[in-house]
Amino acid sequence: MNNRFARAAMAAATAFGLVLTGCSSSSGDDATQSSSSNVIDYWLWDSAQQPGYQKCADAFAQQNPGLTVNITQIGWDDYWTKLTAGFIADEAPDVFTNHLSKYAQFVDLGVLLPLDDLGPTSGITSSDYQEGLGDLWVGQDGKRYGAPKDWDTIAYFYDAKVTEKAGITKAQLDSMTWNPDDGGTFEDVIAHLTVDTKGVRGDEPGFDKNHVAVYGLASDGSGGENFGQTQWGAYTATLGWTATDKNPWGTHFNLDDANFQKAIDWYYGLAQKGYMPKYSTFGKSSGSYAQFAAGKAALAMNGSWMISSFASLEDVDLEIAPTPVGPSGDRSSPFNGLADSITKFTDNADGSAKWVAYMASDACQNVIGESGVVFPARPAGTARSVAVRKEAGIDVTPFTVHITDGTTKLLNVVNNAADLAALTGPEFDAIYIGSKKASDLTELNGQINKLFEYASK
Amino acid sequence: MASTLTPPVPTRRPKDDTALALAFILPALLGFVAFLLWPTLRGIYLSFTSYNLLTPPKWVGLANYQRMFVDPIFWNAVKVTLEYVIINIALQTVVALLIAVLMDRLTKSTLVRGLVLTPYLVSNVVVAMVFLWILDAQLGIGNQFLAWLGVDPIGFFTEEKWVIPTIALVNVWRHMGYTALLIFAGLQTIPQTAYEAAKVDGASEWKTFWRITLPLLRPILALVLIMTVIGSFQVFDTVAVTTAGGPVNSSRVLQHYIYTMAFGRFQFGYASALSVALLVLLMVITVIQYRLTRAGETDLN
Repeated sequence: MNNRFARAAMAAATAFGLVLTGCSSSSGDDATQSSSSNVIDYWLWDSAQQPGYQKCADAFAQQNPGLTVNITQIGWDDYWTKLTAGFIADEAPDVFTNHLSKYAQFVDLGVLLPLDDLGPTSGITSSDYQEGLGDLWVGQDGKRYGAPKDWDTIAYFYDAKVTEKAGITKAQLDSMTWNPDDGGTFEDVIAHLTVDTKGVRGDEPGFDKNHVAVYGLASDGSGGENFGQTQWGAYTATLGWTATDKNPWGTHFNLDDANFQKAIDWYYGLAQKGYMPKYSTFGKSSGSYAQFAAGKAALAMNGSWMISSFASLEDVDLEIAPTPVGPSGDRSSPFNGLADSITKFTDNADGSAKWVAYMASDACQNVIGESGVVFPARPAGTARSVAVRKEAGIDVTPFTVHITDGTTKLLNVVNNAADLAALTGPEFDAIYIGSKKASDLTELNGQINKLFEYASK
Repeated sequence: MASTLTPPVPTRRPKDDTALALAFILPALLGFVAFLLWPTLRGIYLSFTSYNLLTPPKWVGLANYQRMFVDPIFWNAVKVTLEYVIINIALQTVVALLIAVLMDRLTKSTLVRGLVLTPYLVSNVVVAMVFLWILDAQLGIGNQFLAWLGVDPIGFFTEEKWVIPTIALVNVWRHMGYTALLIFAGLQTIPQTAYEAAKVDGASEWKTFWRITLPLLRPILALVLIMTVIGSFQVFDTVAVTTAGGPVNSSRVLQHYIYTMAFGRFQFGYASALSVALLVLLMVITVIQYRLTRAGETDLN
């Protein structure tokens, strides 16, 4: 590069390129439509959910003459960058799909409108939704910043043809147990499902852990940035371990817990044993879905939002297995829920609130349940969604069992989430790689607790 | 000229050009003030504040700088950036010099010159994406090739010890043609008579390179070095596309750390302080380079 300014311009252009990708298809619409306050701009990141919400939007427009909803879909990676840029440039949407790991920061920045203060959404009560979902969206000031729309839990996807060939039965997969010492029957299963390039299974003599053709368990990164939601969260929760002293808005962390560290050592140890890919094998470029789709892994732990993606894979006899029963005697699954939030930049707060209230109602959530992509937050919508999938031949009980058994573990909602992720992300990567040990988390835990003490002053 | 026709009157001797000069300078000056001077001053001011872009900045004095001195990720970023610059510049300069001399001594073909420049025509992000796929540990053709040679797959973008050398080499590939062209232009300023004299004296091509080309090229080479070093310190796009700073912090270069601090964590005050640190670092290195290479002087006279 010839000079610093050109390089700086290039860097800036790249940053803006990241910001702008994804909006190109809709930018024309935005320019003409957002000027009118009768058009509610709504953003979401999951393209699979867009058709369902378009149906809701059409029905909403019919019921509310004069109001229309303009839906924009932006992929997850660009979504938050573009939203941030939108807040700064006063070009943010009226309403957007919000995530638990992000919303505390937005509340801090003062860019969300409290829903209790707006007529149409003031009646939203937590008890109308699956247990726990509603309360997560109430900020520390006691005001509600999100209307629950859906929920998700975690399970293993597998190809019945692969497991049958290995002689593993569905009953075995449905009744797996786990402990941090030897991994329980869960580890036996993934060891047996692992096959090296010479065809030797992971639990057979002569297994070559450095040349594995099919891993028993797919990896989904280190999970340091999201409390191991699709990595180790389902195991550590069965130890009775929680990441913070209270949830939401915990301020003291428990990464120094000896049992937790033992479980973390066990989890990343799977990569050393060859049952799970090493960090360097896939990096961050392909997660458990891509590894499973490429036939590189037998069990893929992933969230219920991925059901339709896994179901669309050809030549796969898709089955789902629940997370194993741990030392507590129960299964457990990280439990997450999305919600819709209204930005303070909206030019029609009342209309936006009407749209949010509509999406949070049975009318829309049943439509979403019908489309069979995610589980709606209202019990009626959840029931619809389960029935639709049953008709499609997919048994989703491994996901819903956590709701019926009460074994969900709500994702942690904390302040300073971005700072926290900047500390935990690299640290768990390092443990996965093997350059750090789980016991090093004790020191990190001290740093995090200090960060929260300092930030609360 | 009309003024020379009449005898010069002391008071209206040469016409005062100041107004005209200012008019010519003004557009550039406005651009300089609006897009360079003001942002720099404001950046320096913001480095003394706590600022999240959506609420007004709050003065915090030297707190950001105190934090910087005890921030292990900052010092790691300095180290990683230096490692990148050293590998990138050393290789790029040697390869570019070689290409330039070959172009000068072997062929004058415009086609070859054009071909050498082609990698530079591709956008940084595209180059990074293409190499990310080529060097993928599982699917990449680069690793397939290694497998044929009997070498185990290498995680070029996923192993801590490989990421910075890999990113540095990717950027060498992209920039060497451009650097070579700059050096090539420098070679054109060396008089052919010097080469002819060397030939008459029976000097070998090797000796000619060390005794004639290199010494006479020094001022140009020094300038090219100063520019490429500054450019190299600003590495961002390749990192953002391929590794996003990982694994762990092994490719978290300064620019990327600044970017995530500002746009990911909304700490624009601290990010400004980090930018000021980068500015100071670059200024010191440039002054040292300028002095060491005597870039302002020439040996041609």
